[in-house]
Order: sequence, then structure tokens, then C-alpha cells
Amino acid sequence: MSGIAEPFSEGSSLAHRLDPRGKIVVAALFATLIAVAQSLAAVLGGLTLAVLWLFLAWLPWRQVLGKLLAVNSFIFFLWLVLPFSYPGDPLFTVGPLTATKQGIWFSALITLKSNAIIIGLIALIATVPVVTLGQSLHSLKLPPKLCHLLLFTYRYLYVFEEEYQRLRTAMKMRGFRPRTNMHTYRAFAYLAAMLLVRSADRAERVFQAMLCRGFRGVFYSLRTFSWQRRDGVFLAGSLLALAAILLTEWRLPRLV
Amino acid sequence: MAEPLIVVDRITFAYPGAASPVFQNFSFQLGPEDHLGLIGPNGSGKTTLLHLIMGLLRPQAGRIIIFGNEVKTEKDFVPVRQQIGLLFQNADDQLFCPTVLEDVAFGPLNQGKSPAAAKEIALATLERLGLSGFEDRVTYKLSGGEKRLVSLATVLAMQPRVLLLDEPTSGLDEKTKHRLIHIIQELHIPFVIVSHEPDFLHHTVHNCCHLHLDHCEIKPVMLEEIYHEKDKVPNRGATSCCFGGPDRLVNG
Repeated sequence: MSGIAEPFSEGSSLAHRLDPRGKIVVAALFATLIAVAQSLAAVLGGLTLAVLWLFLAWLPWRQVLGKLLAVNSFIFFLWLVLPFSYPGDPLFTVGPLTATKQGIWFSALITLKSNAIIIGLIALIATVPVVTLGQSLHSLKLPPKLCHLLLFTYRYLYVFEEEYQRLRTAMKMRGFRPRTNMHTYRAFAYLAAMLLVRSADRAERVFQAMLCRGFRGVFYSLRTFSWQRRDGVFLAGSLLALAAILLTEWRLPRLV
Repeated sequence: MAEPLIVVDRITFAYPGAASPVFQNFSFQLGPEDHLGLIGPNGSGKTTLLHLIMGLLRPQAGRIIIFGNEVKTEKDFVPVRQQIGLLFQNADDQLFCPTVLEDVAFGPLNQGKSPAAAKEIALATLERLGLSGFEDRVTYKLSGGEKRLVSLATVLAMQPRVLLLDEPTSGLDEKTKHRLIHIIQELHIPFVIVSHEPDFLHHTVHNCCHLHLDHCEIKPVMLEEIYHEKDKVPNRGATSCCFGGPDRLVNG
């Protein structure tokens, strides 16, 4: 069950107690704004805001750093390529490759943006259990099919992971060790196919069980959300901050 | 005998691509007082029969009459499913909501109950099954036995008129099995139990129905006889036995 745990969803911090709907709206606006922002000031502002939210969520620092490290390991590859391929004024050369000033700026901007968005999402979205996330999206009037897709994917991910582990164990118990040969490829292909077939079968049975309990294509939710004063304060504060970032972005000259 | 609730009248059913049919000219009845065990070897059509009754499968010939009405189309089966509860063999198929409370409330909500009423019914059902405090548990993190009991709660929460249980004891430990026996003994509705466990059936049903290709053989056997037979032939399978109290009426 390790791969799909939700380490940040439990807690009693302010960010955990906020109404998920407000957090989702703010996080969506924030991510969009930062993704399209071009000025360093706006991106730095976004990063500051995200870190502020992270303080509200008060999550275990080590784990947050671990997640950030994972994200930045992807960005590392960007640094290997982008500075040398972006056209602009040459800054230094490594063998046949020339790094440009603009390329370095651009890589730095992307790094800051990605970290700002990830920190923001960790603080606002990862603090909502996936189940609640689905229900909040539903109450935000997202198409029900998308919400159900999210909830069902989440619910059955564990079942399929278990099934996969069971099949893998069964293979292992019969002496299977992955190698680079035809036998291994075939075995893994069988494993994947079997998982697919079983998943389809299970989907069929789950649907049948739902039919037997009177399902007619519509989900009714038990959950009601309560919007409180702190949610209003959070939403207003965040929107103001986002507006300030937008203003910065709009008024200041582009750097790249 | 009173009007039967479920009548399966000379149906024929074969799975697509199967060499031979599961049922041919098969008939079966369930009366309003019946507590029936359904037995037969693997592949004899026990689960198939339950799925035919629920309309998850359709017979190629013959009629199915439930609560006095013939059911043929998907639309006919909608009210049937509101009133007959089916407990699936695998609890992971049955429990699909993230939390126990939502899963148990799913049926009542589909029946048109308000969220508040559905929640109340769900909590009451959980309490009745000794599952108080489970409402916020996450369904996939329950143990096997808990999953089975919660599945039963999801079905009972719909207040069905008839209950169909498909191998309710498979994979359960003795303690959970006893809990299940107590729950079933408290039920005041007719039910059908598919099971391979003689002990479990003898605590829960009046008669046993042995499935054949074209008919269902109802054999009430006195308790003493079972134990007697059991002594003579250890480890006998469930397939050749039938039990029931001596004072029970033969079905159909």
C-alpha cells in the first residue's frame, strides 16, 4: 500500500480544517496564474504565498522536502538541456555547447514556478483526503462523471495494487526472477494482461452489485460542507494576494 | 401454501460460448416463509440462479415471476432490486464507496431517502449488526470479516423483503461465522443461502435445495441424521446433504 498513501491528508492544522472547496478554487487559480506568469517578481511572490500556505498546513518538513526533491529531480534534466538549447546571448561554453543567458533565466524561472505550484498544491490540495476532494469537486459543479472517475480510480487502485502484488508473489513462489530474456517479457505481458482482464471483470461485478442496490446512474452524496468565517477570510486573503501577483505580472517588464 | 414470492418457471440458461447449458427447463420457487439453503457442486449454477433472479443475467427461455409479476426487461428488474437484497460472494465487489457510512447509505439514497434519513438508517443498520463506530472507517482497509459484515449491512439497510446470500461464510473465521449465524437467525424475512458449509446451513436454514440441470431437489433431513451420517463418512462434502428441522415443511 506504500505507493499510493496520502501522507499529508490527515491533520488538524488551519489548512486542514479549511473548507476544501475554498482551497480547491484558490489552488486552481494559483496554479494557473503561476503557470502563465512570465515575470520573476510575480513568480517569487507566488513562491512566498505558497510557503505561507505551507506554514498554515504545518506538515512534517522532512516529507515535504522529500516530495520537493522528487519534483526537482525531474527539473534537473531540464537544466541539462534548456540552457544550451535556448537561443540568446552566450554566457559560457562547455565543449561544443554554449549556454545562453536567456536559457539560464528561463530554467531558473521554470524551477521557481514548479516549486511554487507544487508547494501550493501540497499545502492546499494534499491536505484534503481524495474522497473529500471528489465530493468537493462535485459540489463545485464539476461534471459528475469526472468526480466518479476520480473516486472510483482511487477506490480500486488499492484493489488492483493488491491483485498485482498477489500475482507477483505467486510468480515469485514458483521461482520467477526477472531477467532480460524472452521468458521474462512474456511473463510480464501475461501479468499485465491478467491484471487487465481481472480489472474488467471486477468492474463488471462492482457495477452489478451497484445495480442490485438500486443504482440508476445518479450518485447521491451524504456529505454537506459548512462554509465558515475562516473560510471566507482565507478565500478573501488568498484572492487579494493572487490579485497582487497578477498586478505585478501585468505592470513589471518581462525578464525573458 | 401461501403465494410464492419468487417463481422460476422452466427456464433455460447457457453462458455465451459454453458447451452445455447451466439450466434446462429448470424450475424453482421461494415462498414467504422459506429459509432455504442452496447447494450443489462448483459450477452447478448456484450463483447463476441468484443472478438470474436479480436480472443480472437473462434466461434464454422460460419465465421469472417475482412478487406476482413477470420480470423480463431491465425496467422490470428495477423495483425487484429495491426489494430483494443480494450479498455478493466477494465483498470487494460490493463495497465501492470510500467510507462505510457512505456505502451503507448508498442503497437507501437510491431508494429516494433524504441524506439525513439515509444516514439514520445506515447508522441503525450498523448498530444492529454490532458495527457501531465503523461508519467513518475506510472500506478497503477493513479486515475480511468486517468487509463481509459491512456488505451485509449495505444490503440490509435497503430493508429488503427477500435476502439472497452468496457464500456468506467463505473466508470467515469461526467467530465471525457465529456472528453471521446470529444475525441471520434474527432475520424475519425469507432468504436463500448458497453455502458449502453444512454446519453453517444447519444453523440458518430450514431446507436445502440441491441444484440439478432441470430441477431443484428439496431435501429436509433431520439433524440427527446429518450427524449420524457425518460420523460414518468423515469430511463429506456439502453437495450430498440436506438438513432442516423435522417440523419444517417441504418447500414448493
